Amino acid sequence: MRHTPLYEEYSRYPGVRMVDFGGWNLPLHYATGITNEHHAVRQRCGLFDISHMGECMVSGPKAGEYLDYLTTNRVASLEDGQIVYTLMCYPNGTVVDDLIVYRLNSEEYWVVMNAANTAKNLKWIIEENPKASLYKGEVKVTDFSDHISLLALQGPKAEAVMAKLSPEAASLKFFRFFSDISINNIRCLVSRNGYTGEDGFELYCDNEQAVDLWKLLLEAGGEEELIPCGLGCRDTLRLEARLPLYGHEISEEITPLEANLTPFVKLDKEDFCGKEALMEQHLKGVPRSLRGIEMLDNAVPRHGQPVFLEDEQIGFVTSGTKSPTLGIFCGFALISRQKGLSFGDVVEIEIHGKHKRAKLVKTPFYKRV
Amino acid sequence: MSNIPSNLKYTKEHEWVRLEGDLAYVGITDYAQDTLGEIVYVELPPVGESYAAEEEIANVESVKAASAIYNPISGTVAEVNEELDGSPDLINEDSYANHLYILKEFYLDDYELLLDGEAYGEYLKTLE
Repeated sequence: MRHTPLYEEYSRYPGVRMVDFGGWNLPLHYATGITNEHHAVRQRCGLFDISHMGECMVSGPKAGEYLDYLTTNRVASLEDGQIVYTLMCYPNGTVVDDLIVYRLNSEEYWVVMNAANTAKNLKWIIEENPKASLYKGEVKVTDFSDHISLLALQGPKAEAVMAKLSPEAASLKFFRFFSDISINNIRCLVSRNGYTGEDGFELYCDNEQAVDLWKLLLEAGGEEELIPCGLGCRDTLRLEARLPLYGHEISEEITPLEANLTPFVKLDKEDFCGKEALMEQHLKGVPRSLRGIEMLDNAVPRHGQPVFLEDEQIGFVTSGTKSPTLGIFCGFALISRQKGLSFGDVVEIEIHGKHKRAKLVKTPFYKRV
Repeated sequence: MSNIPSNLKYTKEHEWVRLEGDLAYVGITDYAQDTLGEIVYVELPPVGESYAAEEEIANVESVKAASAIYNPISGTVAEVNEELDGSPDLINEDSYANHLYILKEFYLDDYELLLDGEAYGEYLKTLE
């Protein structure tokens, strides 16, 4: 199993529970448990090691143009120091991966991707996509995944913690970054974003300095009661905030339009990989779409469980949990569209062989004020 | 180290059984609750229904996973622990004091086949 540079550090926390996450051995939660970590991030702040994420630099005079073709959002019009959430699609419109793209300058773009997709993505970006040969020699793709660590400082107190280490980084606006922040002589790229629905920062540094940065952040966050958090609450936090998870809400079988990620798909762009298929889906109407579900009968909906309307299966659950913030059993389901279902309508989910009632609800389940 | 009371019998699926007169109390072990983590929901069987040994009878759901409970000994559900409906986390607090359900008309032969505390403890060691 693969480890991040913080692996040794985890063993210093008694009660830490590790999990195999796509071949990476990472903390699922620490001694206090998923719910407490979840509340810490909603109310104060938490620190995540997400060094398993993949990163590459796409560079060259046509790097921006290339990424603009490869993904659905606007990359070409980014400013230096700005980041964007975007989706990389196959020609048929389904999703290769969702990405965060950072524009360092007109010829350098930092691309962050899901760990489990990194190898697949690099292949797609370097050689397999329809325009790969066209851009060969003009765009360089360098994989940094094995050299760079990533820590996420998340929560309403994240800014206060960051201010103690770098007032400059703490002044960042949402979805902006500084590429050369020095935190106690550790060189970092710091961006203001996250995957929890809260304010927060993501900090990239060399693997060799990850443990020092981790310790510095935890020490700086003493007053704010900053605690280390695992992947368990990362999932419940993102779910409440309606942030998609690859392999669940989006996949090689689901398009971004079906997943209600339309704001990140710029169909008015001249061209991008998957545009034709997505435009057709847009014009004809998506055959199915992602809906929020709240259980009326107690049970935890889980990925893959079938959703029924009367006796007909109309979809399946993509993610579900008991929301720590709201105390409700909730999640998402990808449901066939032509049923004319609307908010408040009741469907049934087959959970452990029994049909349990759920109603369709508006999302996100949680939105920070 | 898991807590394993010596007065109970156990399955390799991490259920425990305690006999009280004509009734058999069934729950999950300390090891099981610890592995599952924070329990958020328990699906209990209907009272009056009969289940064979090793038949799926209940489900315990934690924040991170769902775990099926296999009935350790054949019998009829006499009662379920309704307290768990509102407070499934009672199992995390003390998995032996908070049973899932109670069986009547059970097969004593099935009970005799279960592991005693010592054997279950040895079994847990093989899982480490």
